[in-house]
Amino acid sequence: MTVQAPSRTWSQRHLLDVDGLSRAEIETILDLAVEMREARASRAYRSLLAAETVGLAFYEPSTRTRVSFELAAKALGAMTVDLRIAGSSMVKGESLVDTLRTLERTGVTMLVLRHPAAGAPHLAARTTGMHVLNGGDGTHAHPTQALLDALTLREAFGSLDGRTVVIVGDVAHSRVARSNLHALRVLGARVRVSGPQRWIEELQRWPGVEVTTTLAEALDGADAVMALRVQRERATGEGISLDEFIRDWRLDESRMSLANPEAFILHPGPTNEGVELTAALANGPQSLIGRQVENGVPVRMAVMALLTGAA
Amino acid sequence: MSPGVFGRLTDAPASLLLAGVRVIDPSDVTDAIRDLAIHEGRFVDHAPADAERVGGHGLIAAPGFCDLHVHLRDPGDPATETIETGARAAAKGGFTTICAMPNTDPPLDRPELVTALRERAAATACRIRAIGAATLGRRGERVADLGGMIGAGAIGFSDDGTAIPTDDLARSILSVLANLSVPLIEHAEDAALAGAGVMRAGPNASRLGLVGWPPEAEWTIVERDLALAEETGAHLHLTHLSTAPSVKAVRNAKARGVNVTCDVTPHHLALTDAWVAGSRRFAWEQPEDGDVRIAYDGACRVNPPLASREDALALLAGLADGTIDAIATDHAPHPLERQLVPFEEAAPGLIGLETALSLGLAAVAGGALELPILLAALSTRPATIIGESRSLAIGAPADLVVFNPTANWRMHADSLASASSNTPLLGRELPGVVRLTVAGGRVTYRL
Repeated sequence: MTVQAPSRTWSQRHLLDVDGLSRAEIETILDLAVEMREARASRAYRSLLAAETVGLAFYEPSTRTRVSFELAAKALGAMTVDLRIAGSSMVKGESLVDTLRTLERTGVTMLVLRHPAAGAPHLAARTTGMHVLNGGDGTHAHPTQALLDALTLREAFGSLDGRTVVIVGDVAHSRVARSNLHALRVLGARVRVSGPQRWIEELQRWPGVEVTTTLAEALDGADAVMALRVQRERATGEGISLDEFIRDWRLDESRMSLANPEAFILHPGPTNEGVELTAALANGPQSLIGRQVENGVPVRMAVMALLTGAA
Repeated sequence: MSPGVFGRLTDAPASLLLAGVRVIDPSDVTDAIRDLAIHEGRFVDHAPADAERVGGHGLIAAPGFCDLHVHLRDPGDPATETIETGARAAAKGGFTTICAMPNTDPPLDRPELVTALRERAAATACRIRAIGAATLGRRGERVADLGGMIGAGAIGFSDDGTAIPTDDLARSILSVLANLSVPLIEHAEDAALAGAGVMRAGPNASRLGLVGWPPEAEWTIVERDLALAEETGAHLHLTHLSTAPSVKAVRNAKARGVNVTCDVTPHHLALTDAWVAGSRRFAWEQPEDGDVRIAYDGACRVNPPLASREDALALLAGLADGTIDAIATDHAPHPLERQLVPFEEAAPGLIGLETALSLGLAAVAGGALELPILLAALSTRPATIIGESRSLAIGAPADLVVFNPTANWRMHADSLASASSNTPLLGRELPGVVRLTVAGGRVTYRL
């Protein structure tokens, strides 16, 4: 049986960024995601987006995010088309805008775009009529990751109000961190960042973000710790050796004792086990990493339903 | 708005009587409502009886504008701009002289190319003066034939797009120019410090995840060049200054007698790095939340990048106190498809000839700039830098612009005389409509 989703107040056609979302809008997405998780199991909304064709345009390699979006679209009954970027128009030198306009003409109504250039989804929204969903753009934003992180933490804590969440690693170059900084603060959490000097210094100028220069300082009183993936090439290119990073910043059980008891561990994945955190921690009872992955599909279902006005 | 009519420098001289126009002439601090008569190429006491009479009520007449920094894509990319379309855009913007930067294809680096440009430009809608490349092929390796190009008519030298890369080459060029009477027009930017920066470093770049361009990329070269100008005595002209420390350095250098002049673009005065984040508020307006459109518009990419609000206010202050001599547009036409790309891939630059006066008048309306300073910075001051004169006095050559300061116009791509329309101002309503441009007594534009 197919049922209609209850209607909600929602006006946005695109999800380009989390910066523009209010607390009420984020809560709307998270509430709907909870509903979607149940609906997915009961297949209640399996025709909700039957009128939509979702194009997956990933200009950067990704497996988990792409699959998560594809399953979300299919769970709501949308048709999906996966662009094979490497073998197609990029090679022929066609511009991004031309490629996307062609996609639109062939019937794609919603675009999930991952691109190495910050702002590429904004360009897509400006130049086509498709709904645009940012699947990660350069070092700018990864809105659905931040939303699934928010859902994971909200369920772990009950509420993020007054909780201290620490983000550790290459914050400056992380789209996951940028989006989380906004979403977590809007939901009432205190946000602290920490990592090698070069990776956090520009965050000094961000309003409402606490910058700490040692892991001990960062973990003091922390309720949750999010480790960011280390890009090995970037690290060595910036004079940050992996050994040094592991020595000063890797999360392990003894370091986690500096945080609040039973503080949670998160990681956007894929992890470099033994670099950002130990395998024991990643797989231990405090880890929410598995929940993050599980929450990806329902959060993306919720966003797709809201953008099209179906929910 | 009707398209207006263009004339040429080779047309017959006009006989005109502008009746009851507000005459603002920075050359003798005139600001009065009177008649202005033109005959046989000059301002005259009385127009002949058969002169055409033009009502000047509500209009302002000022000396014809002079733009020290314009890119014509000719030769090289005539679909983007030609000498003819660029000259028309200039005339429509009130300019009677524009100085063409040498980064064409091929670059303007030899006397015969300067001569060729002069010949091609002779019958257009605007006087076009040549800036020669300072180094052969703009490669920043060997000094070009500066004396030969001056002989052919070059009014200055620049490797614009880049700075003179090394200190010793900059000193060599300035030493040669010390004995000649034309400036080195420097694009002050240290390529290493600028790195991969695509917008001004700061909170907006950080939030947008774009690579920042640090202000020291500009002011370190400014400081170097000022020291070399002081040492050699040559005339240094710094173009498109965009940072507060640069303004301060020039102010100090002028105080100690260094032979330096400089200009600022209308977009660095009026637009800020918040425009990349989607804001459309001018620098002198209070920033507010909730006025943000879609961010990352490639038309906001320019080099040097749009400055912080604090810098824009420092540039306006520098213009007011005379530290900054001139407003120059850095008119940089690009085809739409080179800006309809992700921001970091966008071709840097925007068109400026048809919006310079309007942005200046918007600043005046916003209380950020005084009208006589705006008009001096567009006309008499830049003209002096290249050895031209501007005056509305009887007997002077008739170079003038007449505009309606209170009429508004909305900018549309198809209403522009330029062959390109790359600017984030498209669709915006702006104050100030040019009604008449006269160069050397010839009507070059009329609405």
